[in-house]
Amino acid sequence: MAVEEVAIVGVGATPYYFRGESAPQTITELAGKAILAACDDAGISVTQIDGFAYYSEASAGYGDKMDTATFMETLGIPEVTFTAALTSGGGGSAGSIGLARAAIVAGDATYVVTVMALQQLKQRLGTVFGAAPLSPQNSFLMSSGLVGPGHLMSVLTRRHMHLYGTRREAFAEIAISSRKNAANRPQAQKRDPMTLDDYFSARMIADPLCLYDFCLETDGAVAVITTSLDRARDLKQKPVKVLAVAHGGRREWGRAFAWYGMPDPDFASSGHAPVAQRLYRRAGVGPGDIDVALIYDHFTPMVLMQLEDYGFCAKGEGGPFVESGAIRYEGGSIPVNTHGGQLSEAYIIGMTHVKEAVEQIRGAAINQVAGAEVALATGGPASIPVSGLILGQDR
Amino acid sequence: MTDTRSTTLPPESIRITTDSWTEPFWLAAKDERLVAPRCGSCGTFRFPPTPFCPACRSQDTDWVPVSGGSVFSYSIVRGLPGNRDAVLVPVVVEFADAPGVHVVSNLVDADPADVEIGRAVTLDFVVIADDWKLPVFRLADLAAER
Repeated sequence: MAVEEVAIVGVGATPYYFRGESAPQTITELAGKAILAACDDAGISVTQIDGFAYYSEASAGYGDKMDTATFMETLGIPEVTFTAALTSGGGGSAGSIGLARAAIVAGDATYVVTVMALQQLKQRLGTVFGAAPLSPQNSFLMSSGLVGPGHLMSVLTRRHMHLYGTRREAFAEIAISSRKNAANRPQAQKRDPMTLDDYFSARMIADPLCLYDFCLETDGAVAVITTSLDRARDLKQKPVKVLAVAHGGRREWGRAFAWYGMPDPDFASSGHAPVAQRLYRRAGVGPGDIDVALIYDHFTPMVLMQLEDYGFCAKGEGGPFVESGAIRYEGGSIPVNTHGGQLSEAYIIGMTHVKEAVEQIRGAAINQVAGAEVALATGGPASIPVSGLILGQDR
Repeated sequence: MTDTRSTTLPPESIRITTDSWTEPFWLAAKDERLVAPRCGSCGTFRFPPTPFCPACRSQDTDWVPVSGGSVFSYSIVRGLPGNRDAVLVPVVVEFADAPGVHVVSNLVDADPADVEIGRAVTLDFVVIADDWKLPVFRLADLAAER
């Protein structure tokens, strides 16, 4: 008997707020609004939710936790039959749909919600590593002044530039292309056009990364509902089929920029290559079949390294590939982050990419790729797991 | 001129903590020695220190002094909250005699413009909180390198 297929049937989001500006709403309130919006989008009642599939250890951002019992208490969900989370951090965002899938194909749950909420009142993400409690493991890292994820990833970026001749112009193109895609989106946090001059005039934060290589610091929440394809066909929206979803990674990548033990060529990579290969094999598609790519963009160079690891260009050729205009919505061979991404729309730790992938396959995206049949969304690079998700049309 | 040269975070603000597998590294650093764990059974280096050799699972460990460091990669950090004027050069150092060992620390007393991947470094130590010592690196004299 074939394994049951699953589909995404609902997506919902709160407005996106600048860091700290979502108050006085609480984090449970933000998550609850996203869950209710996703249920409404799917045409189900929140009382039908019986599964929760989180990532990032069910953390809400990096200072708060999400809790299934609290959501049940708040939203009146009568019973859950599955509640679990992927380990580590944002690298599991796309992969969390695989956790939902696991629950559904095992018969453990019927309507599974994945949610991420983020509110940066206590701790901003930008210096989260500097504020982490001291441990024997991070004592080998924290003295260095690499206080945030961007600082950490600047060291990988430098190695990529050294090995392959990658230029800052390539990172600029990723920032500029993302900003252009955000320009017509009312929900996007940054819509003003960005020029090459703007990019090169920006403050350096962790050289070779400048302000515009860093994603936004957002408050808000996004929720996604997954169910069986059979059930999906009776619901309000056209089902968006999960063609494949994978998470994991190899030991050479491991804790990534939390240990820096990676050898070449893993050091100057996104760590996604093994996940990408498994994902394509399972979906029965290759990079040439992807119509739109929603690439986790916490920092511009990590988009470039994922484009290599997902086979859109050869390893080391991400710079010239991006600089050729290949990732543009208008005129590119593989439109990337048509929603403006985390660099210009909003940063909800990967969930906006899943939402945009769903809207592209529905044919309902604001920057719709004409005839989009197959969409890729990714999570990470971060410590293992990193993850990827390929969505497609039903039938 | 001196204000453009790289430093560490304020040393008294740098704290470390240890467990039974990492403590030998920090105790050696107190004696101004940089050591890394090498498997006593198969000879594979690992870093940071962990309870097993990932190549053969042995727990036999030799703590070996490492030398011949060079810059594997680095960043130049300016404008840190609470430390706006400092210039830090966080660095990943690799070692000719300890394959696979990457030590993360700071390049100190360097003009950031002089730093390049592949340049040789020398070892120094900075006293940090609770009388521990942090291994740091300096760019080796270019003349001496030749």
